[in-house]
Amino acid sequence: MTNPKGRFGVHGGQYIPETLMNAVNELEEAYNFYKNDEGFNRELNELFNEYANRPSRLYYAEKMTKDLGGAKIYLKREDLNHTGAHKINNVLGQALLAKKMGKTRLIAETGAGQHGVATATAAALMGMECVVFMGEEDTKRQALNVYRMKLLGSDVIPVKTGTATLKDAVSEAMREWTSRISDTHYCLGSVMGPHPFPTIVRDFQSVISKEIKSQILEKEGRLPDVVMACVGGGSNAIGTFYHFIEDKDVRLIGCEAAGRGIDTFETAATISTGKLGIFHGMKSYFCQDEFGQIAPVYSISAGLDYPGVGPEHAYLYDIGRAEYVAITDDEAVNAFEYLSRTEGIIPAIESAHAVAHAVKIAPEMDKDKIIVVTISGRGDKDCAAIARYRGVEIYE
Amino acid sequence: MSNIKNAFKNGKAFIPFITCGDPDLETTAECVREAVKNGADLIELGIPFSDPTAEGPVIQGANIRALKGGVNTNKIFEFVRELRKDISIPMVFMTYANVVFSYGAEKFISTCQEIGIDGLVIPDIPFEEKEEFQPYCKKYGIDLISFIAPTSENRIAMIAKEAEGFIYIVSSLGVTGARSEITTDLDKIVKVVRENTDVPCAIGFGISTPEQAHKMADIADGVIIGSAVVKILGQYGKDSPAHIGEYVGKIKQAVVG
Repeated sequence: MTNPKGRFGVHGGQYIPETLMNAVNELEEAYNFYKNDEGFNRELNELFNEYANRPSRLYYAEKMTKDLGGAKIYLKREDLNHTGAHKINNVLGQALLAKKMGKTRLIAETGAGQHGVATATAAALMGMECVVFMGEEDTKRQALNVYRMKLLGSDVIPVKTGTATLKDAVSEAMREWTSRISDTHYCLGSVMGPHPFPTIVRDFQSVISKEIKSQILEKEGRLPDVVMACVGGGSNAIGTFYHFIEDKDVRLIGCEAAGRGIDTFETAATISTGKLGIFHGMKSYFCQDEFGQIAPVYSISAGLDYPGVGPEHAYLYDIGRAEYVAITDDEAVNAFEYLSRTEGIIPAIESAHAVAHAVKIAPEMDKDKIIVVTISGRGDKDCAAIARYRGVEIYE
Repeated sequence: MSNIKNAFKNGKAFIPFITCGDPDLETTAECVREAVKNGADLIELGIPFSDPTAEGPVIQGANIRALKGGVNTNKIFEFVRELRKDISIPMVFMTYANVVFSYGAEKFISTCQEIGIDGLVIPDIPFEEKEEFQPYCKKYGIDLISFIAPTSENRIAMIAKEAEGFIYIVSSLGVTGARSEITTDLDKIVKVVRENTDVPCAIGFGISTPEQAHKMADIADGVIIGSAVVKILGQYGKDSPAHIGEYVGKIKQAVVG
């Protein structure tokens, strides 16, 4: 679906400084070679299966299904991957690619810290140097993940500029990449940024929908009616959607972070509240003011706290192939607690946004319908923050 | 073809960069006048952006100060319209793609022509994406300035062949900001540029001292200094104009000397 210049409809492209152009061209060339290379794919599959614990389970949430009284709900358990989130899929792919390209150093941005932890993990495994940029605000919200990255041998640089969250971490990682390119690969964590990143990250994450498809066919003998996932930049969502895009009867739903509500300024729901713009190397939808200044977005979830969305999502929205809904902090926290209580699964607060929407729509659907919700990560990292949200003062 | 060539017609050019509205537009106007009085050949006016990914800490700081002070694109257009009453040397805008795009590219670029802006410097528009703005720039006689970086290598000829106004040669890897040493083989880059175009080239990024400016002017047709100018504004605020004038005079002397 990507054209040669990395466009998804009008979205995508390569809006980056000249200094980085040869770096992304080199990356594109290497990726085009290795994506069809048997040896590369064998190595990556082995890492997926033996190291990252793939395939992840497609779990029938029977209690939740009965409790909601409507559609049958399956959970795609990306939270059971090594490092506790879907991020490892992309990182193992990119780290392996970087290694083949002769790079010895990985840099990455991180919001909630899951992508940073995954990158630090791959760097440790493959003997590469690693530096992770993380908004200072997020280093406080996700202190445990900062410690994990350091334990894995990475440097963590707190970013103090702007809103000191994910977007500033991306900006700082881009700045770092322009200053050191020859030995360094920028391991971008979502389906965003300049071409070829949205395509590379999507391809590595598409293992999610590939597995869902074969697992649901085995369990139910048919495709699901709805697949859904949370959307910040949108990597677990595009991974969940990808192999269903051509199956027009499967509804694709992305759940954005509404923060305190899409009618407030404290929101990160890009498709609901943003407009077309150019930022972080891509054309897509962004939360911004009338003069194109990027808005300081907000969500309880550090991983969804980003003012843009990946270009392929923007395109799927434009053509009406995928729907995007906004879920508030309150709804997400309720869903976080609901899934913990009902199924004994503590989801990441990011993933809880998708669970919240399932809770809304499942009761309205017939019992013979099937919903698949991707649980993109596990929620251990969020427990202290949710406790504080509920007025319980615990600190890690 | 805009007015930009005039900046290079009397020998080596000096191009200072100033962020509009840091700390306010009155100060920016006075700084521009002082810079012109002391020998600046072309002024690069920054329209601040919330997330300037090509800038180091000094110019990032200026962007934040300016936006906090309440400037926006419309106010800057009005400011340039006023400034044009007494400033005749070429002026270009430096900003980020989203500032132009969100305003409406045609509306932004036609306004540039109307108020007397000669060119646009947009670091997140590389050669591959220039179609975004180039058709409007052509229509309204605004030069879209091309960048060449230390990593451009096989791309230099392609970029130079289609360049207009002047070519912005990035001296070093990384973001804007003073550097103690510039190690890129700039002679080699300029040689390839000259083989492919007559458009003048100016070197920017990392230059702050008269010695560096002199050395760079020897290699190219002009020198661009941003962070070192902006640093003065960060230090002296509204009292900057006289200091800016003094600094510009010193650099200009080094550039032509």
